[in-house]
Amino acid sequence: MPIVARSDGRRSWRHIMPAMELARFAGWLALVALTVFCWRVMTQDTIWAFVENAPQQAGDIFARMVPPRWSYAERLWRPLWDTINIATMGTLLAIVLATPVAFLAARNTTPSVAFVRPIALLIIVSSRSINALIWGLLLVTIIGPGVLAGIIAIALRSIGFIGKLLYEAIEEIDESQVEAIRATGASPAQTMIYGIAPQIMPAFASISVFRWDINIRESTVLGLVGAGGLGLALEASLNVLAWPQVTVILIMILATVVASEWLTARVRQHII
Amino acid sequence: MAAVTRSRPRRWRRPPLIADRRVRWVLIAVALAYLVVGAGTIEVNWTRLSEGLARSGRFLSGFLVPDFTSRASDILQGMIESITMTVTSTVAGVALSVPFGLGASRNLAPAWLYVCCRAIIAFARAFHEIILAIFLVAMFGFGPFAGFLTLSLSTIGFLAKLLADDVEEADPSQLEAVRATGASWWQLVTWGVAPQVMPRLVGLSLYRLDINFRESAVVGIVGAGGIGATLNTALDRYEFDSAAAVLLLIIGIVMACEYGSGLVRRRVQ
Repeated sequence: MPIVARSDGRRSWRHIMPAMELARFAGWLALVALTVFCWRVMTQDTIWAFVENAPQQAGDIFARMVPPRWSYAERLWRPLWDTINIATMGTLLAIVLATPVAFLAARNTTPSVAFVRPIALLIIVSSRSINALIWGLLLVTIIGPGVLAGIIAIALRSIGFIGKLLYEAIEEIDESQVEAIRATGASPAQTMIYGIAPQIMPAFASISVFRWDINIRESTVLGLVGAGGLGLALEASLNVLAWPQVTVILIMILATVVASEWLTARVRQHII
Repeated sequence: MAAVTRSRPRRWRRPPLIADRRVRWVLIAVALAYLVVGAGTIEVNWTRLSEGLARSGRFLSGFLVPDFTSRASDILQGMIESITMTVTSTVAGVALSVPFGLGASRNLAPAWLYVCCRAIIAFARAFHEIILAIFLVAMFGFGPFAGFLTLSLSTIGFLAKLLADDVEEADPSQLEAVRATGASWWQLVTWGVAPQVMPRLVGLSLYRLDINFRESAVVGIVGAGGIGATLNTALDRYEFDSAAAVLLLIIGIVMACEYGSGLVRRRVQ
């Protein structure tokens, strides 16, 4: 109990012990020092004149952005379709690839904890560490610009996400049900289908839908690195400084994201 | 009395995910139709693709023999920018998301403040980091300062929303008890709300540190500083071994971050 004796002999209650308080203070001090140090290093080359000028620049950009050039919208249907395709097919591809990885990574289903599991975990963490845009950058240089690069980029990023959440779900299943199925003389494949799959199905569905929603967001900007979709139109418009078109594209992106969020919310309500 | 005979299914079947058979078949048909139409509209340049496969061999060999040395100064500069940007933007983002988060909790804030804070959070969440970065670079000039602003803004969008949702779900009886002692608003927050949301806030902040580092590699593509610029240059020059070195560094740092935050989270909770 954090009770300290005062000088007059009475005891009083405190939130935490003095030693702990000192340690916390030291921790905060270290954090502040680190932040200040990082700030100094980071802003070494910052040109403050540009920063001071920012409100004026913001006003300037905004003035160029309105009114939006609505007529441009009809040329965006094809990029929009591409964006939806990239997100959906990328998610499907990721589901196909991530499911086996998740089973190999889960402690209770992996064939070997010492060898296979670390490899599966490495695949998951590498895929998660690298953003879809960087995968896109990489794939565009390797297989050329286009929707295909976008689909593969989305899939490669999503393997880690789906794989991680799915293997955690597999590790949390009720073992007694698996045991019961095994006791009927079921083969390992049957155990998986009748013992494990039904338990992870709701998690699996909600993870996939959740990732699809994120992927819609990501695929709207993948075009910035040349991987197709609305981002490609955004890049083209930014390069020629066609700000009224940029406004239309941003509104389109916003509408797509809101629509996908609404759709996923509906689907999740039905699943859960 | 007529004997009621009803044929029963002899075999047990697993209950399907979607109970209604018609809905199920319609959904399957729609999904298949979409796949056929969607796959049909993907334009694939096969000659470019086959050229690319040879290049992917070179890329994979670059991963086996990453080249850290020939672009060492670029990589170092990019990494320093990325890491400093991550630390400062996480601290600034967390510090700002606490007031915004409290303001966006219906059980602590008056209605007008609630609406304002929720609107700001929704705005910060609406656009992808890279779009924010494009605009902030246009306003504040190239370099890590624009990246810092981007990451801070998206940290607020992420953390303030989750914090607000947490505060709204806090156990009202504890808040009631603290309020019943005659506590002021500040005392209510420190003694009633903070103990309930603190462990999760610490965990989420560490998680956000992780995300910010990953995102700092991305904002460089549009000129907001960080390791992304180095990576972009390396790939533009088809220097796959240097690019592989950068990617391996990113993966290594993210793994270290995850391990470290796992340790801290275990101590806090």
